Amino acid sequence: MQLYDTEISSRLMLGTAQYPSPAVLLDAIRESGAEIITVSLRRETADGSGAGFFDLLRQSNCRILPNTAGCHSVQEAVTTAHMAREVFNTDWIKLEVIGHSDTLQPDVFALVEAARILSDDGFKVFPYTTDDLVVGERLIEAGCQVLMPWGAPIGSGQGLRNPGALRAMRAHFSDVPLIVDAGIGRPSDATLAMELGMDAVLLNTAVAKAGNPKEMARAMARAIEAGRAGYNADPMDRRDMAVPSTPILGLAELA
Amino acid sequence: MKIIVNAVPHEVTSRIMSVALSELGFTSNAMATALNGRFIPNMARETTALTEGDKLEILAPMQGG
Repeated sequence: MQLYDTEISSRLMLGTAQYPSPAVLLDAIRESGAEIITVSLRRETADGSGAGFFDLLRQSNCRILPNTAGCHSVQEAVTTAHMAREVFNTDWIKLEVIGHSDTLQPDVFALVEAARILSDDGFKVFPYTTDDLVVGERLIEAGCQVLMPWGAPIGSGQGLRNPGALRAMRAHFSDVPLIVDAGIGRPSDATLAMELGMDAVLLNTAVAKAGNPKEMARAMARAIEAGRAGYNADPMDRRDMAVPSTPILGLAELA
Repeated sequence: MKIIVNAVPHEVTSRIMSVALSELGFTSNAMATALNGRFIPNMARETTALTEGDKLEILAPMQGG
């Protein structure tokens, strides 16, 4: 899978928030096989606590994808992206511009505007968006080479609320990497996303808030691999009625 | 001079951002700054002047999804 100019082999991208401890976070990253992890920027304290977390992230040897989580305007998101580029020394940015505080639904209008500003400034933008085709087109026009549609609201664990829309995205954006971001709750949700032809899954809460995050990270990795393999294997078409799998030919007349 | 640092009022003596940051104890390399909503790159802190009531945001790496 190619994301901008980088070849990535793991199709699981992992968030770093809400784990019971830093050690569990590191365990989960390793078990997941993720090559990309998401991080954020928050207010620093005078004791420099952020530097300690950054050191921990380096131990994972993963590529860092900083986010603009919590930004509600174009200006906030653009400023946060610039701050992230300096701190994390990367031009990758997971762009979030939130429209509603309760649903955390993206403000797609502001998202497109911020994506254009940041792409023009050399950022490689990973936009957290809805499953709307027209918005996806606008984001690509703005310079995005990846789309990250939601499966369900962030942190809800509801799975894919609209698989049909994701299927339509796959058909419409055949050459654009599509990453389901948000809403995955269980391994089967991730498998379904991959069976629909998504290129990758980004998840956080489903692993961090599992009773055993390390085990769930492993389960998610396997689920994603299985879903991808299933998609590549071209599943059979569904049928409305039963069709015998054992041949009728040669069936004895015993009645 | 009073400025607002991460939403908390602070008294600083220097009007140069880089000096004021040291004064406040912010010496980490892993931090980014914004003044009144505008990003101030690390290299520009030495030439950025502070004025009374400025809002300084200092951000650092944190867990995120």
